[in-house]
Amino acid sequence: MLNSSLKELAAMLAGKQISSVELAGEFLRRIKALNPVYNAFVTLAEEETLKQAQAADEMIAAGRGQPLTGVPVAHKDIFCANGWRTTAGSRMLGNFVAPYDAHVIERFRQAGTVNLGKTNMDEFAMGSSNENSHFGPVKNPWDVRAVPGGSSGGSACAVAARMAPAATGTDTGGSIRQPAALTGISGIKPTYGLVSRYGMVAFASSLDQGGPMAKSAEDLSLLLNVMVGFDPRDSTSLQREAEDYGRDLERPLAGLRIGLPREYFAAGLSTDVERAVQAAIGEYRRLGAQTVEVTLPNTRLSIPVYYVLAPAEASSNLSRYDGVRYGYRAPEYRDLADMYQKSRAQGFGPEVKRRIMIGTYVLSHGYYDAYYLQAQKLRRLIARDFSEAFKHCDVIMGPTSPTTAFNLGEKSSDPVQMYLSDIYTIAVNLAGLPGMSIPAGVGDDGRPVGLQIIGNYFSEAKMLNVAHRYQQATDWHARMPEGAKAGG
Amino acid sequence: MQWEVVVGLEVHAQLSTRSKMFSAASTAYGAAPNTQACAVDIALPGVLPVANRGAVERAIKFGLAVGGAINRRSVFARKNYFYPDLPKGYQISQYEIPVVSRGSVVIQVGEREKTIRLTRAHLEEDAGKSLHEDFHGMTGIDLNRAGTPLLEIVSEPEMRGSAEAVAYAKALHSLVRYLDICDGNMQEGSFRCDANVSVRPLGSDQLGTRCEIKNLNSFRFLERAIEFEAARQIAVLEDGGVIRQETRLYDSDKDETRSMRSKEEAHDYRYFPDPDLLPLQISDAWVAEVYATLPELPQAKRERFVAEFGLSAYDAGVLTASREMADYFEAVVKALGGEPKLCANWVMGDLSGILNKEGLAIGESRIGSARLAGLLRRIVDGTISGKIAKEVFEAMWGGVGEADAIIDAKGLRQISDASEIENILDQIIAANPSQVAEYRAGKDKLFGFFVGQAMKATKGKANPAQVNEILKRKLAG
Repeated sequence: MLNSSLKELAAMLAGKQISSVELAGEFLRRIKALNPVYNAFVTLAEEETLKQAQAADEMIAAGRGQPLTGVPVAHKDIFCANGWRTTAGSRMLGNFVAPYDAHVIERFRQAGTVNLGKTNMDEFAMGSSNENSHFGPVKNPWDVRAVPGGSSGGSACAVAARMAPAATGTDTGGSIRQPAALTGISGIKPTYGLVSRYGMVAFASSLDQGGPMAKSAEDLSLLLNVMVGFDPRDSTSLQREAEDYGRDLERPLAGLRIGLPREYFAAGLSTDVERAVQAAIGEYRRLGAQTVEVTLPNTRLSIPVYYVLAPAEASSNLSRYDGVRYGYRAPEYRDLADMYQKSRAQGFGPEVKRRIMIGTYVLSHGYYDAYYLQAQKLRRLIARDFSEAFKHCDVIMGPTSPTTAFNLGEKSSDPVQMYLSDIYTIAVNLAGLPGMSIPAGVGDDGRPVGLQIIGNYFSEAKMLNVAHRYQQATDWHARMPEGAKAGG
Repeated sequence: MQWEVVVGLEVHAQLSTRSKMFSAASTAYGAAPNTQACAVDIALPGVLPVANRGAVERAIKFGLAVGGAINRRSVFARKNYFYPDLPKGYQISQYEIPVVSRGSVVIQVGEREKTIRLTRAHLEEDAGKSLHEDFHGMTGIDLNRAGTPLLEIVSEPEMRGSAEAVAYAKALHSLVRYLDICDGNMQEGSFRCDANVSVRPLGSDQLGTRCEIKNLNSFRFLERAIEFEAARQIAVLEDGGVIRQETRLYDSDKDETRSMRSKEEAHDYRYFPDPDLLPLQISDAWVAEVYATLPELPQAKRERFVAEFGLSAYDAGVLTASREMADYFEAVVKALGGEPKLCANWVMGDLSGILNKEGLAIGESRIGSARLAGLLRRIVDGTISGKIAKEVFEAMWGGVGEADAIIDAKGLRQISDASEIENILDQIIAANPSQVAEYRAGKDKLFGFFVGQAMKATKGKANPAQVNEILKRKLAG
């Protein structure tokens, strides 16, 4: 059951081989056994989870079940869920109970899935290792010395350790793909605008995008069918006809043109990751795909551009956490300015403060043109690189991360080194393109390697097809870390 | 030295939408604190703004009415600053590209007209309110107003002195009410002004350093604040001092302005385009649709009243100051079938007088346009005199009934029977031989004495024109 696909779980539920209450109970039991080690979950609400499972069982019994009804799903603690504590990994929101559902949560509720719990994350989704959480770091189930990646590290760990069959994540610069890669699972960040951001605690509005994390591309397609949908409450939500993201899963790959960006196989990429990625590409050739070299010359600019734009937006988005209406307020203060300063100084962690300061600086009078406007121009150039590349290929492939999971503490004192771990993922967010990561082998240290697949706008079904065919031919996605087996 | 006072105004007009600029919460005034603030207004984590189409439509309407350019693409920007009644820590406004650029408003200064050019008009959201009283050293926050849609209308510094500034503010006030985009209620803060005031030697073409006076919520305060501020600046300059650019507050109790913050202390608002909102796109079709709904505007109406009704520019200006008064006036003329000058006199005179006295708007008049026309009809056909009409008007206002019923009940019908008037005059002449003699000896002033006697005898009901005519003939002997 731990390795069952969502489709298999749904079939078991529909066939009454297992009830949703039993299924949720089993995963809750595993979470309680494993979470003390991994720290993947920050909030459980067992009673509420079982109540939702009970409701799902009733839906199924009444013949009103949908494809995922009764399936437990863990949610990144960035999505507001009515009545659930929603912290975004921050002390600032340590006591915040959301009074409403995010659009994503609403969609899952309507689909009849069961909220298994809220997963740990880097504070306000700022980080690549999950070490920036107020609730402590998450451990990588493949090696507890290693980070799970971030910022959706809790969700990645929960799926990898089989504490949840599936989870939600968000991706601003790689926060779904990089932890998926580092924990050996599959994750997809859809085209910007497909998943509503309403109720998703904002980091950088023009880059944030929710997406699913699961064991396989097939699972992702089912989850995406739930998550994607127009939401009039999000002005950047796209109004498009609904599609079945699993419709093309089985399509053969003969004739597929895979673009390999020269810049993604250059200095900085560790040899073991490169070897694994090349092997995966070799597998694709065997499946009938052709490869073509493409170039994304402005890739090298994506990190500086990102670290101007994302902090700029974040500095403003996080201004609402002022201690006035909800969230953390310093216990003692002299006056209004002191209350703001102390509440924010005590409520935010160092990485969040660093980005607020960077963002405030780049938007300041006299610096705006030099930083923010320049970055916006470069952002367009980065997007143009991709549209040029897609004239020659159907999908782009490369490594998701330059290395396998690094050790806890290894990069936490050097922000720039940490930022560089997102070198291959960030440009995708800047361009608004869909990107995904699937497991494709292991490095010299036995830790997973992720293969990144980047598609053109709205080509999620194609990307999932490409990923699924690979997963039919290989078993990297089906491998379970030793530690997960300890959960019984 | 002679000084010239230069004023530019920034007017915040609250748009009359039912819901807020970026949320679905109600904008109704006067609700219990924080009962009209939804998740978006209080800036809960994860909430997002959605622009109110009705507010955009009102902005388009305004832009068309002032002949401005409706920018087909404008951009919402965030103005970042911390304040407890600003829940997001930023205000969503428009910065580099506003919804309306340029345009102009014609103002009347006495009988003279002057065109004031506008720089821009942009959409933004209001902040909430901080309440410093009744909280024992703490501050109460009411977010009902947070997110209310505003149109900020910025003029060029083209007003010279407080009178022009007030005339401009009144013209704008009238315009937004004509357009029905703002209720214009200044007490409730639906229409408030910031004045940029500077002075310069008369004849200079350089602008002096300006000070901005914030939040003037009556025409009188606007006038007083500008006058105080101009006098202050002149005194400083004549003393050899310099004006510091700063933001000042007008204290209506002390009738003075005082410094709030200097230019150096001004916030760096760190404006940048709001990534939660796409640029505001306005199609030609939408503009055309709004254009079709534009009412006749004050200036056009004023000109038409002069041309069509033969009114003076002044009367036309008074009658068109509000759309309601203009409509009332036109309805009276229509019901009466003419006599626009008589109608204008009554609307501007007795009716406005009593409305002002009782603090009522014309829409709340106890005498509707048809009933007033009923009264005026009796003046026109000679049933009553103008003087008696005032008495009837008062009775109508008091709720006694219609003009005709009152005239009949009180026996106010004018005496227009020539023989009856002759009889009365004969008696008066007979009873006052010495006055007749004096009059005939050249003391013309005594004519009024005889008229007075005639009116007294008839309780004012004698037709004055007939009395004059017959009396003249009889006294001529």
